[in-house]
Amino acid sequence: MTAHGTAYLVVYTITLLALARPLGVYIARVYEGRPCGLARVFGPAERLLYRLAGVDPSAEMTWRRYAAVVLAFNFAGFVALYALQRLQCALPGNPSHLPAVGPALSFNTAISFVTNTNWQNYSGETAMSHLTQTLGLTVQNFLSAATGMAVLVALIRGFARRTAATIGNFWADTVRGTLYVLLPLSLLVALALVSQGVVQTYSAPKRITLVQPLEIEPPRTDASGGTIHDTRGNPVTARVTVTGQTLAVGPVASQVAIKQLGTNGGGFFSVNSAHPFENPTPLSGFLEMIAILLIPAALCLTFGEMVGDRRQGWPLLAAMVVIFIGFAVVALTCEQRGNPLLRQLAADPAATLDHAGGNMEGKEVRFGPVASALWATATTAASNGSVNAMHDSLTPLGGLVPMVLIQFGEVIFGGVGSGLYGMLSFVIVAVFIAGLMVGRTPEYLGKKIQSFEMKMASLVILAPPACVLLGTAVAVATTAGRSGVLNPGAHGFSEILYAFSSAANNNGSAFAGLSGNTPFYNLGLGIAMVVGRFWTMVPILAIAGSLVAKRQTPLSAGTLPTHTPLFVVLLIGTVLLVAALTFLPALALGPIAEQLQMLAAAH
Amino acid sequence: MPSRVQPVKLLEPAIVRRAVGDAFRKLDPRHQVRNPVMFVAEVCAAFSTGLFVQAVSGQGEAPAGFILAVSAWLWFTVLFANLAEAMAEGRGKAQADALRRSRQQLFAKYLFEPSRGSQGSLMPASSMHVGDAFLVEAGDVIPCDGEVVEGIASVDESVMTGESAPVIRESGGDRSAVTGGTRVLSDWLVVRVTAEPGQTFLDRMIAMVEGARRQRTPNEIALSILLAALTIAFLLGVATLLPFSHYSVHAAGTGSPVPVTVLVALLVCLIPTTIAGLLSAIGIAGMDRMIQANVIATSGRAVEAAGDVDVLLLDKTGTITLGNRQATAFHAGAGVREEDLAATAQLASLADETPEGRSIVVLAKERFGIRGRNMQALGATLVPFTAQSRMSGLDLDGRRIRKGAVDAVDRWVREQGGSFPEDVRSVADRVAREGATPLVVADGPRVLGVVRLKDVVKGGIRSRFAELRSMGITTVMVTGDNPLTAAAIAAEAGVDDFLAEATPETKLRLIRELQEGGRLVAMTGDGTNDAPALAQADVALAMNSGTQAAKEAGNMVDLDSNPTKLIEVVEIGKQVLMTRGSLTTFSIANDVAKYFAIIPAIFVATYPPLGALNVMDLATPASAVISAVIFNALIIVALIPLALRGVPYRPVGAAALLRRNLLVYGLGGLIAPFAGIKAIDLLLELLRLT
Repeated sequence: MTAHGTAYLVVYTITLLALARPLGVYIARVYEGRPCGLARVFGPAERLLYRLAGVDPSAEMTWRRYAAVVLAFNFAGFVALYALQRLQCALPGNPSHLPAVGPALSFNTAISFVTNTNWQNYSGETAMSHLTQTLGLTVQNFLSAATGMAVLVALIRGFARRTAATIGNFWADTVRGTLYVLLPLSLLVALALVSQGVVQTYSAPKRITLVQPLEIEPPRTDASGGTIHDTRGNPVTARVTVTGQTLAVGPVASQVAIKQLGTNGGGFFSVNSAHPFENPTPLSGFLEMIAILLIPAALCLTFGEMVGDRRQGWPLLAAMVVIFIGFAVVALTCEQRGNPLLRQLAADPAATLDHAGGNMEGKEVRFGPVASALWATATTAASNGSVNAMHDSLTPLGGLVPMVLIQFGEVIFGGVGSGLYGMLSFVIVAVFIAGLMVGRTPEYLGKKIQSFEMKMASLVILAPPACVLLGTAVAVATTAGRSGVLNPGAHGFSEILYAFSSAANNNGSAFAGLSGNTPFYNLGLGIAMVVGRFWTMVPILAIAGSLVAKRQTPLSAGTLPTHTPLFVVLLIGTVLLVAALTFLPALALGPIAEQLQMLAAAH
Repeated sequence: MPSRVQPVKLLEPAIVRRAVGDAFRKLDPRHQVRNPVMFVAEVCAAFSTGLFVQAVSGQGEAPAGFILAVSAWLWFTVLFANLAEAMAEGRGKAQADALRRSRQQLFAKYLFEPSRGSQGSLMPASSMHVGDAFLVEAGDVIPCDGEVVEGIASVDESVMTGESAPVIRESGGDRSAVTGGTRVLSDWLVVRVTAEPGQTFLDRMIAMVEGARRQRTPNEIALSILLAALTIAFLLGVATLLPFSHYSVHAAGTGSPVPVTVLVALLVCLIPTTIAGLLSAIGIAGMDRMIQANVIATSGRAVEAAGDVDVLLLDKTGTITLGNRQATAFHAGAGVREEDLAATAQLASLADETPEGRSIVVLAKERFGIRGRNMQALGATLVPFTAQSRMSGLDLDGRRIRKGAVDAVDRWVREQGGSFPEDVRSVADRVAREGATPLVVADGPRVLGVVRLKDVVKGGIRSRFAELRSMGITTVMVTGDNPLTAAAIAAEAGVDDFLAEATPETKLRLIRELQEGGRLVAMTGDGTNDAPALAQADVALAMNSGTQAAKEAGNMVDLDSNPTKLIEVVEIGKQVLMTRGSLTTFSIANDVAKYFAIIPAIFVATYPPLGALNVMDLATPASAVISAVIFNALIIVALIPLALRGVPYRPVGAAALLRRNLLVYGLGGLIAPFAGIKAIDLLLELLRLT
């Protein structure tokens, strides 16, 4: 890692932590219903929404009711988004006259946005109308993020309240999260991005004339779109002179802001934040990267604030930051070092003053290996999934970093809300084993961890890896799954493994090189996304319901302290061990085999 | 009459022999299915045996010898786990046998009416029912549990307690319970039956010692869920390796898919067999340690709860202080010579056979050389202590000498027309404040002064409480003394809090309040009036010398009737949990090394560079797999003694305990298997078995 890489990582981490603290305190105020300073601006809208929906925001819900409402609300969101895609050709806000999206792809995309995954088997600029992007995708970007936070807050109430029966009101939590947290932050970020040149318009694509015409020889296609081959099997080509280009534009800044803040990740354009209209400058890149981890980091401190002991939030954040930095260092080092095989071709990948060096395949020149590798780390640590470089082109170990970060279950920052509640299920397991080791019935924040919590935490931790492994197994064992793979050898395996890891953990980024828009992957990944999202959410709410009814054991010298560096180490160990034990064999056949092959070939 | 079995050594050859037989009997799948992890291991063993049979018949996926070796060691894994459980049960079984021998067919002298003079007949003990009355006389074995309704007798309870000194049992009061199987040494008792046949204390004790009634405790269940979840994760991880391996072989174009035998071996290595195999042994051994400490717990749940206790309620007398108070000083009133006070106090105590009374006589002799006098010769009339007067003393030559508590003597002198001097009152207050008991001496209406009776705090109890504090346990002293005295003794003994002027009601209220605040409360008790509090407490240790009601209300009975035992009980409870936690950590940490052994072994043919992961430099892929499997089986045997003895508990606070156990069992669990697997591989190579 060069000095530039180190400095970039340090500045990034410090900026993130500095912003996380005040935001964490602010979010706690929002959910506790205390004055947060924005009531004057958004209060009337909030009350209007409750009145329109006929909701009493102070009506408390049991965990079962809360879970039922979460599921119903998200199902409604799924239906609306599906319908919008299928009907977009008949609706306004479609200046490019895009056709309706196919049923399998609509299904996959609707699930993908409702589950906060934003896996994209389509190219935004050529598949989705402005109306679909704005009313469908962007709205779900807000609501899926607000849902995640609401479920987290319900769980926090489980820890904070004593011998109670209810864990809050989902409608109030969602409305408040959207109005007071996501909306103002998105506004700020969107304006900042527009200042950097990110597009924000509802006009049709712009047709421009090229400065220098271009001659190309594309293969000719027949009426059905298939390539025409000559008698020897080679494609028949025709010389064409290109004089103009279509530039896709649209309401980009608003969607990019929430896609980053809400750990959604679904770009307006197909190439996501590598596109110059989504992410034009190094500064916009830095801003967007901060936006990725900002809310998940802040929520750790919200947790400490809401359970009434600020010391309890920091160790969770510390565990995340330590793992994040560790993996970032690996990714940055690998990408800056580049591919040693290139050295045999007399290409020196070493960084010098006038060129960034390293592995530049699949990267934008304006970002270089450092900003690209750090983005890859951040976007997969959080369940964001937006990209500014192609993960498929990362070095094998550099590509292992995002894959493993996803396979941790998206708990290193993770999704807004979902990351922390996932982490808290690891805390439950860690506290359970550690509690036994000090000779007491395990407890966390004074709440006893018993078999019910254990059962539910196990479900939360087990569901995503089960989907990843089973999905990958089915894919590699069936023709339908194998036919999507474009790369040979271990790398092809990595692509499938990455796809299912990303879907089941609601990340949404992809190792390109896998043809995902097939019925098999649309359906398979769709199922993985649903299971990964809701199979974890419902048990989390069950834990909240069980904990909220318990009384709180007072602290004593016999209590396992959960705010110490030792506890951070224990938590990190638990997260690393669970992922390593589950995925090590699969990783050995993918990126690890690839890396060792590369090194063996270089010697 | 067999006396109680002497503590049996852990690895007694007879127990080991019996355990080996039991280990095979426990292979029964109906038994194994109760432990999901070991059940999976057994299924794997059976499955690989099937693969061996297939290989012998000529269609094997791997060499038959290799499959045989894997199968054999998988069976050993299951057997070793069974052995651990059988060993833990072994000691209890040996003791239960001895107890059962003492329960020969007994006969009861059934009485029609519950009095000695009543008519009766001889009946087998098994047909006696609750409420029936029977007579036992010197030499008889008491046929069933009961409550003495008439008589007093000395009873040999050594079959229960191992204590050879006989105990007194009499009607009324707190020493009225008798236990079936014990023997009357002198006199006679009329007893009313309090337990149906088969439900007696001896029956319960046998069942408990045998572990027959053992139910899994809440923490054990929660841990089993975690282990089952891990097993499912590993099952998925290993099962999906088969398609992954096929795909990779196809993609790489070299190597061959991983044999199912190896996957089965990998699965058994990864699932937490170490802790799962030892789990029930740990629980049984915990109960067994209680029994070795002469405490009978009614359930494993009670043992576990003991580890969680936050507050200990301890009776002052007998637990914190020695039973007897001793006179340590005479404080004469104004105008009274100390010697006169001593002489009068000595006279008042001559008839007092209590240890306090005797200590006054001793002190008078030590300080002023006042000798004992013969009361018959003096012609004195004794005035014994009564609940009404709350004083004792004697009448001699017209003098009416009394000693008693301040308020009792105050009333007495006023009745005599005297008054209680203020200076004596202030001395008495001071004495009380200092934790001693003031005993006022009066001669007729004249108050002479105060004798200081001091509670003697047991040696070493202070450091014991300091230990408890560092364990996070609060101690509360319960006493009938006034708050001043209580506070002083509490300070001297180093308890955290006290409940003065305690009554059964205030005790019960205190327990409820503590529990409302989320605390787990432990207490000891022996009297019938302790029963409500015992029933309310989370851990209630009843004294064996206590009443039947107290024993019924408690969830543990201390056969030695030693209230300080509660502290030991807490430590045993903690040890059980710590052993489980530490071995779980060890078991999971072990898996890292097993991956490094097996993954390169199974994929090196497909991706040769993966050989770089063979950090242990194991000889061949086959020996790598076998070594890991052997290590996984042997580690269970190696840890049996630790599981039975328990991880040592130190009263150092949670943070320090965690640091230590993480280091030993976490880090140790990571490193140990690297060394172990390598050693086994070297040995296999040396023996040319690879």
